[in-house]
Amino acid sequence: MVPILEVRDLVKRYRTVNAVNGISFSIPRGICFGLLGPNGAGKTTALEVIEDIIPPTSGEVLYDGAPKSPSFREEVGIQFQHTSLLHFMTVRETLATFQKLYQKTESIDFLIDICRLRDIQGQMNNRISGGQAQRMMLALALVNKPKLLFLDEPSTGLDPQARRYLWDIILEIREKGKTIVLTTHSMDEAEYLCDDIAIMDHGRIIARGSPAELIRAHCSGGTISLPRANVTMNPADLPFPYREVNGWLDITVDQVNTGIEKLLAMHVDLNDMKVHSPNLEDVFLRLTGRSLRE
Amino acid sequence: MFKARNYEFFRDKAAFGWNFLFPFLIIAGFGIIFGGGGYSGFKVGVFPAGTESPSRADLKLPRKFADTEHLEFIGFPTLEQGLERLQHHKIDFLVRQDSPAGQYWVLESSPRGYIVERLYQAGLIPEGAFIGEKIAVEGDAIRYIDWLFPGILAMNMMFSALWGVGYIIVRYRKNGVLKRLKATPLTAFEYMTAQALSRIFLLLFTLAIVWVGSDLLFSFRVAGSYLDLFIVFFIGAMSLTSIGLLLAARGTSEEFASGALNFIAWPMMFLSEVWFSLEGAPGWVKTLSQFLPLTHLLQAARKIMNDGATLLDVSGQCSAMLATTLACLVLGALLFSWNE
Repeated sequence: MVPILEVRDLVKRYRTVNAVNGISFSIPRGICFGLLGPNGAGKTTALEVIEDIIPPTSGEVLYDGAPKSPSFREEVGIQFQHTSLLHFMTVRETLATFQKLYQKTESIDFLIDICRLRDIQGQMNNRISGGQAQRMMLALALVNKPKLLFLDEPSTGLDPQARRYLWDIILEIREKGKTIVLTTHSMDEAEYLCDDIAIMDHGRIIARGSPAELIRAHCSGGTISLPRANVTMNPADLPFPYREVNGWLDITVDQVNTGIEKLLAMHVDLNDMKVHSPNLEDVFLRLTGRSLRE
Repeated sequence: MFKARNYEFFRDKAAFGWNFLFPFLIIAGFGIIFGGGGYSGFKVGVFPAGTESPSRADLKLPRKFADTEHLEFIGFPTLEQGLERLQHHKIDFLVRQDSPAGQYWVLESSPRGYIVERLYQAGLIPEGAFIGEKIAVEGDAIRYIDWLFPGILAMNMMFSALWGVGYIIVRYRKNGVLKRLKATPLTAFEYMTAQALSRIFLLLFTLAIVWVGSDLLFSFRVAGSYLDLFIVFFIGAMSLTSIGLLLAARGTSEEFASGALNFIAWPMMFLSEVWFSLEGAPGWVKTLSQFLPLTHLLQAARKIMNDGATLLDVSGQCSAMLATTLACLVLGALLFSWNE
């Protein structure tokens, strides 16, 4: 089956900076695909080139197996990371205005229900909260019954409750068979929502696969966390990769049992020890030597 | 998009109110200043005087001068107080009452002082010595407010068109509204057309309301056809809006947009005869004013209102405004960017 989106050797250069440095990938239909990477990795630029908002320096984007045609805008839905709405229009009026810009559209009541906007449909856009605004932006992205939905950092700036609320909506949309491409720097978000992930750094894709595949391929063991004070020796002398976070040492080991044995042999105090399975954060650390949040 | 922009205008209560209040206040203010009998053209200081508002009958000045219309006499107890006001241009002329020598003081650099001086000297010429034949002009005089009214309306249109389109679109570009619209099938041409039509509608709507309100107070004189006048204002609204669109074609800086809009608006306000006539101004100023659409709008509107001209009589001005519209729209469409 022809992938819904195919990106070939995409480059976007700004004067001296290569924001996107020759990325290629294809996305099958009906999945949630994530571009995961730290801030400044080139995710948003890549997405905006794919969306046709900014022109590429070179490379090609195929939609439905062919170069993008004018119907592309009719068939995709886009939620930008930073955008604003007309202040003095209500939520419902805004949806109705955008609805008129497309030929095939979703009913406003469906959008209001799926994005949980019923209570605020009569409120002006300048009176709604950040979480409500994000859901509103999502509703706007869905207004044209898109086959392909782009979400750029959809939960940025939301509190944990609003975030989880938004994630559930996104999962519901995916279950309706839509293909979703989202960017995020949150490993939780990527793990929770994405079937397939490309990890980006410095404008390049450095790994690709499902969350489980990526973890299996790059972090087979686990992480042992110890209070920093427990390790009296220089941590650089430990036979494992590690990082210091808020007074804790996160030590990445291939085998948890073996790791604990080695630490005991080195007379490291294991009181208050925590052990956790690897996640995408660990994958990124393993691949780049840096944290996603750096 | 047309409807959306109109919603924005009508629901932004502060901006909406100001759009009506501003021209109305200016017209009302000028109407009160120039319409009543309280305003005098020149201020003459008189000393010594016991009161600040001496009656003309009590003035010990040459009778012809004391009875001259459009002079306002202001009394001062001493020469020093009068001189202080004269030096600060608060009065145009200072004269001593009951002075056999007819002493007066005037600032050499003041054109107004010079005129009052000539009036004073004429007042000293004995009755009957005047040579000349007076021929009074018959018919309704055009009041200053009748001349000024189209200027205030057009100025309000200009500010509303330039800021309501130019500034707003730059703000929409800056905060991402345009980027969001770019992600839809809406074309730049459709968007600009909607913005232009909405603004033209709002300009004419505002114009109509302000006109009706002001007319109730001042009963403006329209010698020509109302339909011709409406067409002229419609074409004027198009040309001013198209300038706003051109200025908003690119850029995300509201500060720069504001500077550019001021750069266009202020010369138009002063060189298009909104407040005063350019009769007698240097030739290059008059030539420059002919490049400004507001000049053509005002010339055409005043000809229709004050002189009873027809649309054919003002076809030159209309053509100039249409040419401005076309040039600005084409350039604006070529330069337009959703997000740069």
